[in-house]
Amino acid sequence: MNTELSPGLTKIVPQSSIRLKWNRFWREIRRDSFCYLFLAPFLICFTAFIVIPVIMAATLGFTSYDGFGSLRFIGFDNYIMLFTQDVVFLTKALPNTFMFALIVGPGGYALAFLFAWLIHQLPIRIRDYYTLAFYAPSMAGGVALSVVWIAAFSGDRVGYLNNFLLTMGWIDNPIIWLQNPKYLLNIMIIVSLWISFSVGFLAMLAGLQTVNRELYEAGRIDGISNRLQEVFYITVPSMKPQMLFSAVMTIVTTLKAGAISTQLTGLPITPQYSGHLIINHIDDYAFIRFELGYASSVSVMLLIVSYFAMRFAYRLFGSKEEA
Amino acid sequence: MLLSRLRRITFFDFALVLGFTALAAFMSLPIIFILNHAFKPTNELFLFPPRFFVQNPTFSNFEQLFLHATNATVPFSRYVFNSVVVVTMTLVSVIVVSTMAAYVLAKYRFHFKQIILSMITLSLMFAPETVGIPRYLIISGIHLNNTYLGHVLPALASPIAVFMLVGFISQIPNELLEAAKIDGASHVGIFARIVLPLSVPAIATISIFTFQGVWGDVETSTLFMQDETMRTLAFYVNSLLSGLQNSVAAQNVAAAAGLLMFIPNLIIFLLFQRKVLETMIHSGIK
Repeated sequence: MNTELSPGLTKIVPQSSIRLKWNRFWREIRRDSFCYLFLAPFLICFTAFIVIPVIMAATLGFTSYDGFGSLRFIGFDNYIMLFTQDVVFLTKALPNTFMFALIVGPGGYALAFLFAWLIHQLPIRIRDYYTLAFYAPSMAGGVALSVVWIAAFSGDRVGYLNNFLLTMGWIDNPIIWLQNPKYLLNIMIIVSLWISFSVGFLAMLAGLQTVNRELYEAGRIDGISNRLQEVFYITVPSMKPQMLFSAVMTIVTTLKAGAISTQLTGLPITPQYSGHLIINHIDDYAFIRFELGYASSVSVMLLIVSYFAMRFAYRLFGSKEEA
Repeated sequence: MLLSRLRRITFFDFALVLGFTALAAFMSLPIIFILNHAFKPTNELFLFPPRFFVQNPTFSNFEQLFLHATNATVPFSRYVFNSVVVVTMTLVSVIVVSTMAAYVLAKYRFHFKQIILSMITLSLMFAPETVGIPRYLIISGIHLNNTYLGHVLPALASPIAVFMLVGFISQIPNELLEAAKIDGASHVGIFARIVLPLSVPAIATISIFTFQGVWGDVETSTLFMQDETMRTLAFYVNSLLSGLQNSVAAQNVAAAAGLLMFIPNLIIFLLFQRKVLETMIHSGIK
């Protein structure tokens, strides 16, 4: 607004500058009042059911609390312990999560885009059924996991994979896939890739639908010769918001993953911490040891990590205004 | 020469479609399993490794479920009614509220916008099960226990929906909104006549996952509802299933109930996913 006028004014009458700014602020708030009105219903629920509970939970991170006794404020001790003494966190949870996220994140993202794009090439009548097929694992949830994968990787002779390898003569004895620390993390990665076609995948499909078709014609005139160039120069730039949404959702789901190791092995803590992710670490402290203060400080750490990962996604796909 | 090139492409396409279909078939195994599982007689339910297709289909599982339901203290239809009411209310209000919020966040500049946007992004990490106690305190603080609003309001705070809609609405050409403004449309008018219809692909996608979340949600029923008559179908089914992992009895009830809970998800998905394909954002602008 009137940026030209107000700096000059503040120099002449400094004592009223705060009031001037305040007035301008209120004038702008009133001008945009309909914006706040439109936002209000969402913002009220958002504050009441997400922001306040999260702040209440996050303050626990500065305390020592077992869920029954009294709260004891201990400052940053939890965080100091996390980075200096928690061996399981530093040698197992952190590297496991790092490796898991590095493969499942970009891998799942690329696969989701690839399959969304392939589905988009199909005739419109049959697209729904292919979408349904790829979305099925996320829609069916835990059932899918236990039925397909636990049966596949079962450690006895009848498990699909062992059965196959035995009949082919490639192994002599059945391999205990899910309890062996050597294999567990890799199996978790494979299964996670299988269920990675969820909301982000649907958003990409909807995003592909919004690409202006005239752009493809224009591109062809400007010398785009193959499909790959079309994808890189037209499709992806036109659906940046969906790519961003999908990237952020991928980051969120990979960092929030943890239930998968429990579902696969049936144990809250995996053998030798081989499939121990940060979320498992939080669950361990919150629901097994009842050190709620410590668990809460680990969650806050995870939140900070996710924030920086999201900043990276914004750098890639966001508009300049939001970065 | 042209003909041979065409044939090579079609052969490649053919192979691609074939491989793709095989992969899709593999991915849809869970659906096939759930559909078949509900009709299996008891001896087939316990096979390991599980068989995907049922050998001797039977309706006895559904009879068991029906018997179980008629013996419950609260009639089965009450749970169904609650679920339908809650899901309908939530779906409609999530769509309206999230689209309204996303519209101004995507198209206007105002104070606190950046902070709201980054809070929404951060809150995507939010997991409701970790803050059950604070949420319970808030719900009972504003006296929403045992009301339908207690089911609906927590679901209204849907940062995923808003975040997704902000992306889609920012793609709506500004020229369209300006043209409407020149023609004398009010803010509400622009929202209802232009923004809502043009964000149908996003709204359809949101409906799919919101429906799925609310339909299967047991948290609100467990924590916020003490009156059995206010609890939802998901809660009832879950109470049938809890502690069933290793037990033999009532496995058949669980199988039938699993299908019962899954079918609405499937229907909603097919219904709304079709809407995604029907809309063209850029059709109105030249």
